[in-house]
Amino acid sequence: MEIKKFGIREVVAMGIGTALFVVLTTVQIPCGIPNTYLQPRMAVLAFFSAIFGPIVGAVVGLLGHALGDAIFYGSVWWSWVFPEAVTGILVGCFAKKFAVQEGGFITAPNIILFNIVQIAANAIAWIVAAPILDIVVYAEPAKKVFSQGVVAFVGNIIVIGVLGTLVLVGYSKASGNSQGLKKED
Amino acid sequence: MSRMISYQEKDTWIHRLSGVTKLIFLMLWCITSALTYDTMVLVIMILIGASIYAVSRTEWKQVSTVFKTILFFMVLNLVFIFIFAPYEGCGIYGSRTEMVRLFGDIYLTKEQLFYELNVMIKYFTVIPAVFIFLVTTDPSEFAASLNLVGVPYSFAYSVAIALRYIPDVQDDFIRIRNAQEARGIEMSGKASLKDRLIRTSSIIFPLLFSTMERIDVVSNAMELRGFGKKKKRSWYAQRKLMRNDWIVIIGAVVFSIAALIYTFYDGNRFYNPF
Repeated sequence: MEIKKFGIREVVAMGIGTALFVVLTTVQIPCGIPNTYLQPRMAVLAFFSAIFGPIVGAVVGLLGHALGDAIFYGSVWWSWVFPEAVTGILVGCFAKKFAVQEGGFITAPNIILFNIVQIAANAIAWIVAAPILDIVVYAEPAKKVFSQGVVAFVGNIIVIGVLGTLVLVGYSKASGNSQGLKKED
Repeated sequence: MSRMISYQEKDTWIHRLSGVTKLIFLMLWCITSALTYDTMVLVIMILIGASIYAVSRTEWKQVSTVFKTILFFMVLNLVFIFIFAPYEGCGIYGSRTEMVRLFGDIYLTKEQLFYELNVMIKYFTVIPAVFIFLVTTDPSEFAASLNLVGVPYSFAYSVAIALRYIPDVQDDFIRIRNAQEARGIEMSGKASLKDRLIRTSSIIFPLLFSTMERIDVVSNAMELRGFGKKKKRSWYAQRKLMRNDWIVIIGAVVFSIAALIYTFYDGNRFYNPF
C-alpha cells in the first residue's frame, strides 16, 4: 500500500519541511537592487528535495509557498507557486544519486551534479514557467515578467548554490557513518 | 508574531462551515479570478468577497498589517508594469487615447490606466477569500476534512503537521536568531552580500539540524503508535458536510461557471470600453 513505499518519515518531512519553509518566508536578504531579495527559504526547499525526493520537494514548494504567501501577504500568487514545485520536483529526482543521508554528498561529482541540476531547475521554473504563467493568468507585460524571472533565477541559484550546498554537505557529513570523521587541525 | 494571519474561534455560520467547503470555495474563487479579466465579473467578485468578509466578523486588526503589505506590493507592481510597458493597455484594447504627456515621448493613455485598474482589482479579488479562509478555518478540522474528500490520509496528515508546527518552528527560529545575535553576529543591512549570506547560514544550519531531529522524533512517535498500518483512519476533529456546506459549494460552482461563460461569451477575456 501507498504508505509503505512512502514512509512515515517522508510524511513528517513534508509537514515540518513546509512549516520551516513558511517560517522562513519573511527572512529575506536585500541584495542592493531595489525590491529584490535573496530568499534563504530556497535553500530549505533544495535541502528537503535533495534528501527526501521529488514528492516531498513538490509538496514543500507548493504548500509552503501558497501558505507562506497567504499567511504573510494575504494573497496567493499562483503563477509563482507552481514553479516552486517544479524546482522541488526536479532537484528531488536526483535524491537517490545525492545519497545525502548515507554521507555521499561530500564528493565533488555529487556537489557539481547538484548545482547543475539546481541551475537547470531554477531556469525552467523562473525563466520559463513563472513568466509564462504570469502572462497567461495576469496578462502582464512580457518584458516585465521576464526581467522579474531572471532576477529570481539569479537570486535563487546564488542561495541554493551557496547556502543549499553548504547545509547539504554539512548534514551529509554529520549523518553519514564514521568515515566522515577526520582529525581536527 | 502579529504579522501573521491566523485562525480565531468565533461562532458565525462561516466558521461552522466545513474546512473542505471553504477550500473548494477558495480554489474556485482563485481559478475564476485567474481566468477572467472582465471588469464587471471582477467588481462583482470584490463585492461578494467584501460582504462575506463582513459576515465572518473578521476584525480589521487581525488583517490590517498584512493588508498594508499587500497594498505596498500592489502599488509597486503597477509602477513596474508602467515602467516596463507603458503601452501594454493599448495593445490589449487595440486603441490609443492619450491623456497627458509625462516625460520624453511617454504618454499616459486611458487604455493603460484602465488596464492597470483591472490588474489591481484582479489581485484584490483573491484577498478577502484568502483572509476569510485563514481566519475562519480550524487547522485540525481542515486536515480531517481534506481526508473526507478523498485526499490520501498520509497527505492530509502532513498538512496537519505543517499547520501544527509552524508556531513551534517559528519559536526555534527566533531562539536561534537571538542566540546568534547575542554572540555578535549582526543581521542588519550594513554588511556585504557575501557576509550576509554567511550570517544567514549561521541561522539556517542549526535550524535545519534541529528540524531534522524533530522529524525523527515525530516520525518515531508516529511509527510507535502504528501510523500507516491501516488503510483508513478516523479523525477527532472531522465534520460532516451539512446543508449549508452544500449550498455554498453549489453556489460557488454555479457562480464560477456563470462568470466564465459571461467572460468568454464574446470570445475575449477583457472587457473593452474603448
